[in-house]
Amino acid sequence: MPSPPVTIEIKVNGLLRAQMVEPRTTLVDFLRDHLGLTGTHVGCEHGVCGACSILLNGEPVRSCCMFAVQANGMSVTTVEGLAPQRGCLSKIQDAFCETHALQCGYCTPGMLIACHALVQNTPQPDEAQIREAIGGNLCRCTGYQQIVDAVKLATTPGYQVKEKSEPIAGQPGQVAIKEASND
Amino acid sequence: MKAAPFEYVLAESLDHALECLDQYGLDARTLAGGQSLVPMMAMRLARPSMLLDINRLAELKQVDIREGAVSMGATTGQRAIENNIEVHGAIPLVRDALRWVGHIQTRNRGTIGGSLVHADPSAELPLVAVVLDATLRLCSKADGEREIAAQEFFLGPMFTATAEIECLTSIEWPIWEGSGVRTAFDETAMRHGDFAMASAACQLQIDENGVCQRAAIGIGGLDGVPRSFPELAQQLVGQRIDVRLAREIAHCAVQQTEPGSDLHADAEFRRQLAVVMLTRVLQAASTPSPHGTTNSTAHA
Repeated sequence: MPSPPVTIEIKVNGLLRAQMVEPRTTLVDFLRDHLGLTGTHVGCEHGVCGACSILLNGEPVRSCCMFAVQANGMSVTTVEGLAPQRGCLSKIQDAFCETHALQCGYCTPGMLIACHALVQNTPQPDEAQIREAIGGNLCRCTGYQQIVDAVKLATTPGYQVKEKSEPIAGQPGQVAIKEASND
Repeated sequence: MKAAPFEYVLAESLDHALECLDQYGLDARTLAGGQSLVPMMAMRLARPSMLLDINRLAELKQVDIREGAVSMGATTGQRAIENNIEVHGAIPLVRDALRWVGHIQTRNRGTIGGSLVHADPSAELPLVAVVLDATLRLCSKADGEREIAAQEFFLGPMFTATAEIECLTSIEWPIWEGSGVRTAFDETAMRHGDFAMASAACQLQIDENGVCQRAAIGIGGLDGVPRSFPELAQQLVGQRIDVRLAREIAHCAVQQTEPGSDLHADAEFRRQLAVVMLTRVLQAASTPSPHGTTNSTAHA
């Protein structure tokens, strides 16, 4: 069956990435296998679990339910791109640490994306809004309560990131790109 | 799982899209939001040799509120409609239903027309389309444009009257003129946003004395296609809708369905659920809301 590769250009975490892909390559496989950004997880591969959630032009979407070619010319933010600076944590990420909002960690990238998208549009969400925002993400450790707590903590007025670490030079999301860009 | 190989064509215009469909026919599938098609391709339940991406055609994203109807381009985003206050004012039932469609992440990609042509029997938008008597506009290179009523559009599970070379271009949703229009949508699913085991929708027009002047009701998830019940709805007209009447109508409606059984719900349980859902939406929509004319069941 004919499926000539196509060239796509996607801005990922602020950097323009141009690659040849087979049209059937899903966006999540493109991010993980072509760009080495393995923060985004592959779960069910048919849109149920939410582990692969990313921001597409700022809106949360499932990256397993679209082909990379469909995102041509668009901008993508992965979990690697959520922190303001490489080596730092965003408020939501820090609050996840503070409230133990991750157990095995598999759903965490999708949960972080969902929560980040929520607070972008709703800076002070109530519990119902938080639960609706993470309603499309499955946690098999059933740790939802701590995730709700994390969003509440992160959106408490005056909350500051507690995790102290030295910022590393470079932009967020650049981790592991270098090794993967040989192809 | 991964999709089988296919050729990807990005439609440059509607004419280009129709030309491609005409040329490839059976082997092609149109891709809009892809929230149903891409998972089906991943599971290899769908295996088109060519995917025609119509999602970037601006002409299929026009939303136009006219006198008597809202016209919506087929690839209008579900989330865009959910957030459109004017559309909500004109056809509140569509937004009531959208809150039950998948999750925020899928609604950000999913389209109105995509959900209709996919025709899942338990999907929300097909149910609203038959309840509201929506009209679907289809286009092909060979025969040009044609219109079809939602009632005639859904033929069976995942099966519609769309021909292989046709493309759904827009949907016309009638607006009920006058005051006192109230709507409600409710469903039961394993998880909010998952496929409904049973769903119900209604749109009522209630006058200032609490008497029903106009009614439309429907049930999803029981038969192979969403069902509306115009004759039963007619029996509500001229009446004050109380619990007893709501339950009676719901029982009559469910008797006309032939639900199947699956892992999540057997036929009898589905019937019982549907009676509860329809009774609940009729009650919700016939009880005056303190917030205005529109009333919808609580978001679970």
